Amino acid sequence: MKATNRYLKGMLRTGVLAAVWGACVAIAAPVGLPPVPVPENNPMTPEKVKLGDKLFHDTRFSATGEVSCATCHDRAKGFADGLPVSEGINKLKGTRNAPTVINAAYLRTQFWDGREPTLESQSAQPFLNPVEMGLKDHEPILKIVRADREYVDLFKKAFGKGGDQITMVEVEQAIGAFERTLIGGDSPFDRYYFGGEKDAMSPAAIRGLNVFVNQGRCVSCHVIEQTQALFSDNRFHMIGVSANQMPRDLDELTAAVEDVKQKGTDIAVLTNPKTSSLGRYAVTRDLTDIGAFKTPTLRNVELTAPYMHDGSHKTLEEVVQFYNNGGRMNESDPLPELLSGGIRPLNLTEEQQADLVEFLKALTSPQFVQK
Amino acid sequence: MDINRRAFLKTAGAGLIASAFPLSLVKLAFGADSPVQDFTFGYISDAHIQQIKGDKFVRNWDMGLIRAVREANLLTPRPDFFMFGGDLAQLGKKEELDHGLEIMSRLRGKVHYVTGEHDYYLDLGEYWKSKISPLYYSFDHKGVHFVVLSSILTYDNWIHKNWGDPMQRMLAMARLDNPDGSPFLVGEEQLTWLKKDLEKIAKAVPIVVFSHSPIQKIFKPWNFWTDDADAVQALLRPFEKVTVIYGHVHQIQYNQIGNISFHAVMATAWPWPYPESYTQLPNCLPKLTVPMNRADPFFERDATGWQFIDLSSGKTAMRYQLPDNTNRAVAYNTRTGRPEDLNYQEYQQRIPPQIHY
Repeated sequence: MKATNRYLKGMLRTGVLAAVWGACVAIAAPVGLPPVPVPENNPMTPEKVKLGDKLFHDTRFSATGEVSCATCHDRAKGFADGLPVSEGINKLKGTRNAPTVINAAYLRTQFWDGREPTLESQSAQPFLNPVEMGLKDHEPILKIVRADREYVDLFKKAFGKGGDQITMVEVEQAIGAFERTLIGGDSPFDRYYFGGEKDAMSPAAIRGLNVFVNQGRCVSCHVIEQTQALFSDNRFHMIGVSANQMPRDLDELTAAVEDVKQKGTDIAVLTNPKTSSLGRYAVTRDLTDIGAFKTPTLRNVELTAPYMHDGSHKTLEEVVQFYNNGGRMNESDPLPELLSGGIRPLNLTEEQQADLVEFLKALTSPQFVQK
Repeated sequence: MDINRRAFLKTAGAGLIASAFPLSLVKLAFGADSPVQDFTFGYISDAHIQQIKGDKFVRNWDMGLIRAVREANLLTPRPDFFMFGGDLAQLGKKEELDHGLEIMSRLRGKVHYVTGEHDYYLDLGEYWKSKISPLYYSFDHKGVHFVVLSSILTYDNWIHKNWGDPMQRMLAMARLDNPDGSPFLVGEEQLTWLKKDLEKIAKAVPIVVFSHSPIQKIFKPWNFWTDDADAVQALLRPFEKVTVIYGHVHQIQYNQIGNISFHAVMATAWPWPYPESYTQLPNCLPKLTVPMNRADPFFERDATGWQFIDLSSGKTAMRYQLPDNTNRAVAYNTRTGRPEDLNYQEYQQRIPPQIHY
């Protein structure tokens, strides 16, 4: 908690606030990252961040009193959970791998299928999902924060509000503000590529960068720009992961869509692997989006194994092998029929694949490494 | 012209709005006196399946056809039948046709085939006829008369030049801007057959003609052209509702000549650019054609696609399914008497295409 506060104060002190960016005010960020976009209606303050930090770690907002946001977004695990798919109350399993919160502030949509537009609106969903925190509604949260003395004090300081004036809007805004402080740049790659430190990356990682932007074609989706690198295009692609879960015919597709309509997207996709496999289609119902998932950032990827939206790849080596074979683990595996056109066999040598992994390991921000 | 969007939707558009999922079709109610029943069919075209060597085929073209078949199988309610619009193969080889048919066999529903020049000029349609379908034929369905033409024939003195290897002939016909090429032709034999075939059809019966090349003259260097198009059009002129649907051009085109509405279909393989923007040579691209957003090279399926077609008014409403792009719909507007895009833009309002490279 203290660390993030210090970080934010540092940012405020160096006068990096307030570049106007669209409807947002932006906070400057470390080397390799653009200013952090901040919504106009939720300006950053140290008090709000402190409150959000506490809310983020509070296990009382779950049906069993054992699960908080931090259960699946654990600072010690790169703000992910190290599991293939997340476990909520009573060890109930979802269908998707917890994405890191680090740099989530930059994403144009939240969740693997982009079903929520902002950190604020995203933050309210897991409380109510039966396989996550399992509350029936948000009332228990409001009851606690309106009565708990520490929260009463924090809400007063952050929003100047108390009692019934505190609603989920303030809760969401505080969590969103906290998450906007979880910014990770300043990796060996950043120092090498943007900072001009020629020895910041190992020779293998430098060769890996060359594979990344050329023959590997990784950069087409995991974007690196002239002055910054988010390593995501914020788009959705069907890359072949868990293709065997996808609806095989119209009946199965109809059933999955019916599931979404009845339970709502958030609950339907996290409680049924078949429905989950729809990906972005569950949100847009556009055929191009069947099985398409959001391009995740690659920053700090070494800290957040296992990989892919279903956690089906244990190591970065496996991920590279999967892409090298054009969206499948082995050349003999069948090609997924609705595979995105960008996914093609890469013909990388063993050494190129190893170099690529070394490059991915150079994307780690030092402040998130456990010492 | 001031297009009143509501009026347009009312006259042409009731069948245009494909709901997102399932791809259900908006049914138009027919007048009680109409013999035409409400139905739809799917249209997949220009797969260009290409053999590299042995059992290796060009992956990109394979994936285009596989995707179209997979998506078409998700249509509901089921279309009454499917058309394949020609150029199943790239160089007319048995291996290519067989591989293409294998993928097409996964399509749920009856398929009628149109021959393309890429299917024909290696063995002059022998394998096609033995394995797939006659080159030209007609059938009736729910009150509509469908005619399949082989419009990619050409002059005998070109066909029977001293080619040596028939593959040389195939390659010559496959080439764009080939000074030694030859324009497409329906030919006397088929014209005689067509005349006879249409004699028994009442003039009020909707006619839909499927051809591979456009039965209109658009751009000769790329064979967006049929040399005896005028003769075919003359045979179709007496009928009240005529639609010609063609492949070959790999892009959305639509046009109205007299009583005949023309629609092109997309390729599943690759898009062609607009000759207008590409060559700066004289061409007759229909003015109503609205160029689509062009391909982003990263998305290999962008600017390819397939379509399903609603014939409920006796005129076609084309719904283009365009992966990685915006789906489009083109339907006959009874008020203006021509096909129009649902997102129709006045010619003057369009952003002019880039014509310098």
